[in-house]
Amino acid sequence: MNNPLPRLPEFEYIRLETIEKAAQFLKDHPGEAAPYLGGTDLFVGLRDRRKQPKYLVDLKHLEGLNSLTFDPAKGLTIGARVTLNQLIDHRDVQKNYPILCQAAKQVGGYQLRNRATLCGNICNASPCGDTIGPSMVYQGSVNIFGPDGTRSLPLEDFFLGPGKVALVDGEIVHSITLPLPPEGSQGMYLCHGRNKLSDLAIAAVSVLAYPDLTSASGFRFRIALSAVAPTVVIVEEAQVLLSENPIEPSHFEKAAHIARQSCKPIDDIRSSAEYRRELVYTLTSRALNQVWDSLQSV
Amino acid sequence: MKMHTINFTINGRKESLKVSSNLTLLHMIRENLALTGTKNGCEAGECGACTVLLNGEPVNSCMVLAVECDRAEIMTVEGLTENGELARLQESFKNLNAVQCGFCTPGMLITAYELLQRNPHPTPSEIKEALVGNLCRCTGYERIIQAVEQASGE
Ligand SMILES: Cc1cc2nc3c(=O)[nH]c(=O)nc-3n(C[C@H](O)[C@H](O)[C@H](O)COP(=O)(O)OP(=O)(O)OC[C@H]3O[C@@H](n4cnc5c(N)ncnc54)[C@H](O)[C@@H]3O)c2cc1C
Ligand code: FES
Ligand code: FES
Repeated sequence: MNNPLPRLPEFEYIRLETIEKAAQFLKDHPGEAAPYLGGTDLFVGLRDRRKQPKYLVDLKHLEGLNSLTFDPAKGLTIGARVTLNQLIDHRDVQKNYPILCQAAKQVGGYQLRNRATLCGNICNASPCGDTIGPSMVYQGSVNIFGPDGTRSLPLEDFFLGPGKVALVDGEIVHSITLPLPPEGSQGMYLCHGRNKLSDLAIAAVSVLAYPDLTSASGFRFRIALSAVAPTVVIVEEAQVLLSENPIEPSHFEKAAHIARQSCKPIDDIRSSAEYRRELVYTLTSRALNQVWDSLQSV
Repeated sequence: MKMHTINFTINGRKESLKVSSNLTLLHMIRENLALTGTKNGCEAGECGACTVLLNGEPVNSCMVLAVECDRAEIMTVEGLTENGELARLQESFKNLNAVQCGFCTPGMLITAYELLQRNPHPTPSEIKEALVGNLCRCTGYERIIQAVEQASGE
């Protein structure tokens, strides 16, 4: 009988002293070496033989990758090896980035989140990665270390397709920065899966909204859709609609309708494309109305 | 394949082993150390039957490499008993029949044990949240939640 639980295939575990050496190793072994954090995505890929790297380059011990710092001027910087549980437990994250906390809690069970990282969730670039939409409505960027120096890239430019990101060989994401959310902002992450807690999202919506006197409506909304297109979708047209028109229920419905039109869902084991589209409409409408209620009640 | 020497402590006992890169902590515990309390339910991070404490934190041992455990402290379900005496949590599981086939029990115990270290008096909803990553196909969970509550109440 075939073993339904294949062991990990052969690979070599690499642990180098510095990020410079790790980046150089990755550069010298293009297509053969994978950066390794919690491994919770990597191992799944290795076990079903979707991924066959010869080398796993551990980053967890590297200096600087373990820091989680909040500065009211600069915002939040999350080192690559910070686990989702460390993020969820951090007071400044709970207070200033509640949508990210909500989303991080959706990932697997408690044990898994002791290994799984925000950076891994982002670098894995799955359109249903729970933390990607919230990180995008917070206008996050990735800070990249490479053999030729460092650079930062807004998340909007980081995702190229499912599992594809804008990194070249030898580049390592060393941290993620989320600026301080605008004053008075409210938001929510609404996610629908086959079960309430541990399954991957069928569709999810992240909404962040805040008062802004420079917009005609007096508010701005950011809306991101997950699990319904090759990459997370920012619904620009609906964002513009809600900043240029008076805020009223019919405009939330219209925005939700635009969201439904802007996604490109697929049929898969979790849901049909059609159901996903309807979910986008319902979740967007629900999230906009609820966020609006909380904006008014503060 | 290159072998790596690792030194670690498991259930308070010092060990040294030569391991290959792709050996998981789960297989090391069950096969190299013959501690078969820790179960292999899915080998995919889904079921929690393989949960052990790694430096005090519960992890799915099927998702950790043995080679990473150099200088680590590991605790498995066998480490819960002292001198053959069941721990309070184990007694509660026994008293409340929170065990049927028992396959999920070692993982449940370890996850719940660490929860009680972190939060000595969890509410039922905190218990449920902590145990999301531990699947049970038999009990329907109610008894397990009650057992954790009972152990926390004494
Ligand atoms: C049982 C189970 C349940 C899960 N449930 C969910 C869920 O509900 N929601 C969800 O979103 N995800 C879920 N996941 C997926 C996974 O746990 C998350 O995506 C996790 O955050 C990945 O983080 P990691 O540190 O384990 O990444 P790893 O597996 O270590 O890495 C992920 C990918 O990123 C690359 N990478 C890692 N670090 C870097 C770096 N610094 N720079 C560049 N590339 C890098 C790796 O090479 C790999 O391709 C689940 C996984 C399992 C096994
Ligand atoms: S065997 Fe590790 S989670 Fe199931
Ligand atoms: S008692 Fe059988 S799986 Fe839980």
